[in-house]
Amino acid sequence: MLISNIEVVPGKRVVQHLGLVQGSTVRAKHAGKDILAGFKNIFGGELKSYTDLLQESRQEAIDRLIEQADHLGANGVINVRFATSAIAAGASEILAYGTAVVLEDR
Amino acid sequence: MEALIQLGVFVTLLLCGYFFGRHAERKHYKSIFQREDELRHVVVTAERMPEPELMRHRFNLVSGSVVISVDYFKVVSAGLRSLVGGRLSSYESLLDRARREALLRMQAEAEAQGAEMVINTKFETSRVSGNAGQGLGSMEVLAYGTALIPPSVAG
Repeated sequence: MLISNIEVVPGKRVVQHLGLVQGSTVRAKHAGKDILAGFKNIFGGELKSYTDLLQESRQEAIDRLIEQADHLGANGVINVRFATSAIAAGASEILAYGTAVVLEDR
Repeated sequence: MEALIQLGVFVTLLLCGYFFGRHAERKHYKSIFQREDELRHVVVTAERMPEPELMRHRFNLVSGSVVISVDYFKVVSAGLRSLVGGRLSSYESLLDRARREALLRMQAEAEAQGAEMVINTKFETSRVSGNAGQGLGSMEVLAYGTALIPPSVAG
């Protein structure tokens, strides 16, 4: 499965357009780490546990996107975009969406 | 007495934020400058299409993200500043750091795959809530783009 955020893929041709596919996930951090992050807000610096969490969730979102694209019989997803939003205290939603296509070598 | 204790806590937090925050920021900028020099050969552009001569390259989605938290001093100084309006330079440097760090992580990922260029770079910024009661809280910045890998690099 080829994933890309450009519209025209080098060396390939779009044979078939299968429409929009998406994958999303909502994740929360456990309370202990949230409190530690609260302390970090006094001192400043990177919140590694949050970075990891968001990276994991992003991977999860992409995995779901790929699953959906697979289901449609696509071999690539182009024009992928990410969106992140905080939906509740301590939880954030991560959405990945793109166009599922069938590609073939040019 | 109680007011005095409250003031003491406030001043301690402020000083903690000022010293640790400044130290962290200086250290971070130093490492950013150094890594930017090291990764300069991975060209990052916001171009939507690859150059015609790069059309034979393989491609892959790469991304880098970082969550940076504010320190107490920045919150207070920005709070005071927003009374009169104007540039919040303490938050500007925070976001600048976060964005450059995210970009560097994306470049590092692209380099690990043998890419020579990253095109169509997009940024996504969001606030991580939870501990963000008032003020800015922590900012998450994501940078993502398409890495172009020369055909000579085995994949």
